[in-house]
Amino acid sequence: MNLDVAVIRKDFPILDRTVRGGRPLVYLDSANTSQKPRQVIETVTDFYERHNANIHRANHELGEEATAAYEDGRIKVARFIGSSDETEVVFTKNISEAINLVAYSLGNAAAGRLRIGEGDEVVITEMEHHSNIVPWQLLCQRTGARLRWFGVTPGGRLDMTNVDDLINERTKIVAIAHQSNVLGTINPVTEIAARAHAAGALVLVDAAQSVPHGLMDVGALGADFVGFTGHKMCGPTGIGVLWARRELLEEMPPFLGGGEMIESVWMDRSTYAPPPHKFEAGTMPIAEAVGLGAAVDYLTNLDLATVRAHEQNLVRRALQLLGEIDGLRILGPTELADRGSAVSFTLEGIHPHDVSQVLDDRGVAVRAGHHCAWPLHRAFGVQASTRASFYLYNTADEVEALADGIRMAQKFFRVT
Amino acid sequence: MQLESMYQEIILDHYRHPHHKGLREPFDTQVHHVNPTCGDEVTLRVTLKDAGGEPAVADISYDALGCSISQASVSVMTDLLIGKQVSEAMDVSAKFLELMRSRDGAEADEDALGDAVVFAGVAKYPARIKCALLGWMAWKDATAQALETSGETSDGSNDDAGT
Repeated sequence: MNLDVAVIRKDFPILDRTVRGGRPLVYLDSANTSQKPRQVIETVTDFYERHNANIHRANHELGEEATAAYEDGRIKVARFIGSSDETEVVFTKNISEAINLVAYSLGNAAAGRLRIGEGDEVVITEMEHHSNIVPWQLLCQRTGARLRWFGVTPGGRLDMTNVDDLINERTKIVAIAHQSNVLGTINPVTEIAARAHAAGALVLVDAAQSVPHGLMDVGALGADFVGFTGHKMCGPTGIGVLWARRELLEEMPPFLGGGEMIESVWMDRSTYAPPPHKFEAGTMPIAEAVGLGAAVDYLTNLDLATVRAHEQNLVRRALQLLGEIDGLRILGPTELADRGSAVSFTLEGIHPHDVSQVLDDRGVAVRAGHHCAWPLHRAFGVQASTRASFYLYNTADEVEALADGIRMAQKFFRVT
Repeated sequence: MQLESMYQEIILDHYRHPHHKGLREPFDTQVHHVNPTCGDEVTLRVTLKDAGGEPAVADISYDALGCSISQASVSVMTDLLIGKQVSEAMDVSAKFLELMRSRDGAEADEDALGDAVVFAGVAKYPARIKCALLGWMAWKDATAQALETSGETSDGSNDDAGT
């Protein structure tokens, strides 16, 4: 079955607009943030127009409606990632906050047996987004734990040669990307999780780039924590998710303190609400959670296997067309196996900023820079790269427009 | 096509054949500046001299990695500033900053900015302004440090003279 992209595109009003003096928008920056379908935009508008109230603390009809809509969002998200227990889903403002939540909570003395401290080791990888590096650096600086990491092979895969040394009895947590936001590489998370668990360590997975493509079953993955963000999966900005095994959430001390995360408060101490509300201090991004629920509905109503096949076709075409361009080097796997839909590249003699400027002039929106993965770029010996990323609404013609634009940049800067 | 308004021929020339590039000795101060959004970086050295009792720019040398705009901008800057009194150079730098913040480049002071007026087209692209400013900010920083150091020295000699 083929995906009817023309029908999908009609759901995304922004794809109709033109940019840079009348050029049709070719949006190839969905790994950065996805566009939003009408269904999500309307749900958020409807929430503000008809149901807006604070949640869990307003004893009136609007409060009931808002609370139900917010908690429905949680249920939808849980089901989308294969969890039957929605209390395992904590809303955050984005995945960065989700990872920080875990890093802070586990660094807290009150974390008991889960606590990470001096003598312990935290393992990450060289292909992580800064969101899955900096919180662990901060944790290690606070606690005296040691930060270690997997390297990356020249082909853009995780270097597993020293896995036995990296994951050992001192390892407390392994934090790893499900899919690299730069290379597109899908990592062997299940295998690593099994090794980590055998060593008594916890596993956190940065799934910001995989969940949007429907690639998440938390049960099968084998991780203890999974973080992702709403705005990359057709949802609003300002809403993210931390999924964690229920018993961990129960054991972990809170991250942020404030309203609604408590059970009882005295002047000198407090007890906390059960999870997930223990981790949701203050008024949450309510409309955004409702909007994320609508985004999940939108994706669920599509056949995600067909969506995936469509995206794979786009990546196949991109790898082929880009591979034909002289001086173009693709960072990451050039075969489709275990590969998602971000394609990053460098172009001999032209800086990524200049490549993206030429593309932008033709209406093609990509990202240029280090994509919040500076250590990865260093490992590849490059300062920056240009990244095109594909999502359900992209077309084969748009891949052609990308390749044409790259050749145009070469002509403009007289590289060929 | 709006590209030509940004990538003026002068910019592309400086990008392909940068002026005063390379780190030279001796120097008074060295700074390293980075554009955290893209990783572009410049290492820049400043040497000051005395010109009739006023500090002047004897040399600016640099090593830089980055896009055409950041590379061309630092190259054009060295052409403009080397040989000028520091106070004049600071004035040019302020005018360049103003040009970059003007959005349409309308207020460009051609007399002061010379070839640097071609960067007016960059001002229309907010994401690229930092590229154009990278070298200028490094120069300002290095020069301020050099002035501070020489200020301390001259203060010291004044003290000596007073005793």
